[in-house]
Amino acid sequence: MWNTVFPYLLSGISVGGQYALIAIGYTMVYGILRLINFAHGDVFMVAGIVMVYLSASGLPLWLVIPMVLIITALIGFVIERVAYKPLRSAPRMSVMISAIGVSYTLQNLVLYVTGGLNKMYPTIPGISETVMVMGAKTKMVTLVTPVLTLVLVVLLVTLINKTKIGMAMRAVSKDFETSQLMGIKINSVISATFVIGSFLAGVGSILYFTNYPTVIQTSGAMPGLKAFVAAVFGGIGSIPGAVLGAFIIGIMENIIKGLDVILFKSGLISAPLGLSTFSDAFTFALLIIILIVKPTGLFGEKTTDKV
Amino acid sequence: MTNQIKQKKVDPAVLLTALIILCVYVGVFIAEQVISPNSMLFTVLKKGATYALVAVSMNLLNGFTGIFSLGQAGFMLIGAYTYAIFTIPVEHRASVYQYFNGGVIQFTLPWFVAMILAGLVAAFFAWLIGLPVLRLKSDYLAIATLGFAEIIRAILQWNQLGPVTNGSNMLRLFPNFNSFNITNAEGKVTVYLSTFVPFLIAGICIALIVLLLHSGYGRAFKSIRDDEIAAEAMGVNLAHHKQLAFCISSFFAGVGGAMLAMYQTTVQAKSFTTAMTYEILLIVVIGGIGSVTGSVLSSFLFVACSEWWLRFLDNEQFIGDFQVPLLRNGFRLVVFSVIIMIVVLFFRRGIMGTRELPDLLRRRRKEAGIK
Repeated sequence: MWNTVFPYLLSGISVGGQYALIAIGYTMVYGILRLINFAHGDVFMVAGIVMVYLSASGLPLWLVIPMVLIITALIGFVIERVAYKPLRSAPRMSVMISAIGVSYTLQNLVLYVTGGLNKMYPTIPGISETVMVMGAKTKMVTLVTPVLTLVLVVLLVTLINKTKIGMAMRAVSKDFETSQLMGIKINSVISATFVIGSFLAGVGSILYFTNYPTVIQTSGAMPGLKAFVAAVFGGIGSIPGAVLGAFIIGIMENIIKGLDVILFKSGLISAPLGLSTFSDAFTFALLIIILIVKPTGLFGEKTTDKV
Repeated sequence: MTNQIKQKKVDPAVLLTALIILCVYVGVFIAEQVISPNSMLFTVLKKGATYALVAVSMNLLNGFTGIFSLGQAGFMLIGAYTYAIFTIPVEHRASVYQYFNGGVIQFTLPWFVAMILAGLVAAFFAWLIGLPVLRLKSDYLAIATLGFAEIIRAILQWNQLGPVTNGSNMLRLFPNFNSFNITNAEGKVTVYLSTFVPFLIAGICIALIVLLLHSGYGRAFKSIRDDEIAAEAMGVNLAHHKQLAFCISSFFAGVGGAMLAMYQTTVQAKSFTTAMTYEILLIVVIGGIGSVTGSVLSSFLFVACSEWWLRFLDNEQFIGDFQVPLLRNGFRLVVFSVIIMIVVLFFRRGIMGTRELPDLLRRRRKEAGIK
């Protein structure tokens, strides 16, 4: 039994870590702008495409990886400046539509550049190797991801709690207008948020796509949505919540993927039920349940609406 | 519109609008008899009519009631599947459901019954989904409805439901738009109706939505959009009206889905993705959130640009020996995205804002009067 479940659990933890890195971007932006950045999943995908093209250009890997991260952060910065900043005083629906427009644009740009073909993701020495863990075969990235995720989260939480820019971020997410009156440069704080979020999505992208052979323009949409669900599950605006939510969703999703095999091997069912179809749907079912039962998520703060 | 006609003197602008619409229908009918049926024009008109209905139904929810829902593709999917499942002729079922012994449903409904049923099933699911989801606020509602669309897509692809839905395989051989053509005994088409009938279906549905918007319910919807709390204070039952708007919008999305199935001649659940919802939302935005006329116009514009007018951007073009740079597969979509972003950022009111065709005509008349 354990031998059947363990590989799924392992890849669940790995995927969870990758979702966590994306979810942080969602939760930070939502905390400050009250905006679901629908384009975030596509930024994650673009990071994958940038990686493909940079490594094909023949540059050494130690140069490629930092460049991918910097370019991804830059893309996040540019998107905010071009598509969200002009709409700062507009109704929330307009900003959300703009985010959907950006997502559409990024996907079409990548479609144009790649010609709509699956691009082989480069192998990265050190994390692409296959290793055996307690009798289960997996890639090194599975072990690296959770550790790296936790290290980055600790760094980020320190940044938010101890530094000046972190304090500014906390202030802006509490009260947008008042913090502006207190002399906080709103625009640079928001930019910093987008840069950090995109940077982490870049890291997530390198880890995520190492597990999959190829990247295509639509491969960011689903992980993006799931990471958003993770952020809502954990309580939007809360970083530890987003990370916890992402791990839970990653693990559950992979267990469901293997549920047919697990049930079959333990003798509960005699024929496969095709339950793996529901591995994506499950995430959304979880979202709806959490929204109905506890709309603020696991660690979310309760907000009251004023007229 | 009709209310006004009954009560007051006939508004010339409304009359003129009716005349324009009539001309469009006559024009479509004549064009279809004269021009070769393989012309790109009819592809655009058929798909445009389908998208117009779907966009107006989305506008009813997002533009007129202020509920930001992203579940459109899910309801279209339900409609398309309901239509397809009930209209595949019995003799073709064995070949369509080849992996499921011909499926469990062994009867066929007439197309218009199946189409209404498609709407009703979509509305029923909307009612179920609306119970929990409509209590949520703006962006949570958006993401929850989007999630539901994904769940529906997964359920319809589930192999265990194969005898009904054909699993993840394609549904085909059901009556499509070409079945509306009247043929003589030798199978030669005498009267072409394959574009006219979709226009008629979409027109009737959109007219019903317009009538609804001008009724007391429509005014209640708009009051919810403008200020929920004020609307509630004025005695509008929020839960009831939101649920109603959601179900009606989904009904027409379901009918639109059935039309899309007819247009495509085949349906498969995996093509009804979130991207489809986004596309329809962007059509609504380009047309103007809160304008039926705008949604209809921008649907035809959008379809014409993407299927016809901007196609040349996807092929390499030569002017003499000079190869025009950048043109290759996918460039059309890049140009498209840039146009959409410009509309979203700088022309937030879209083509029509919240105005309708009669408003436009009225303004013209006034300006002419001043001169």
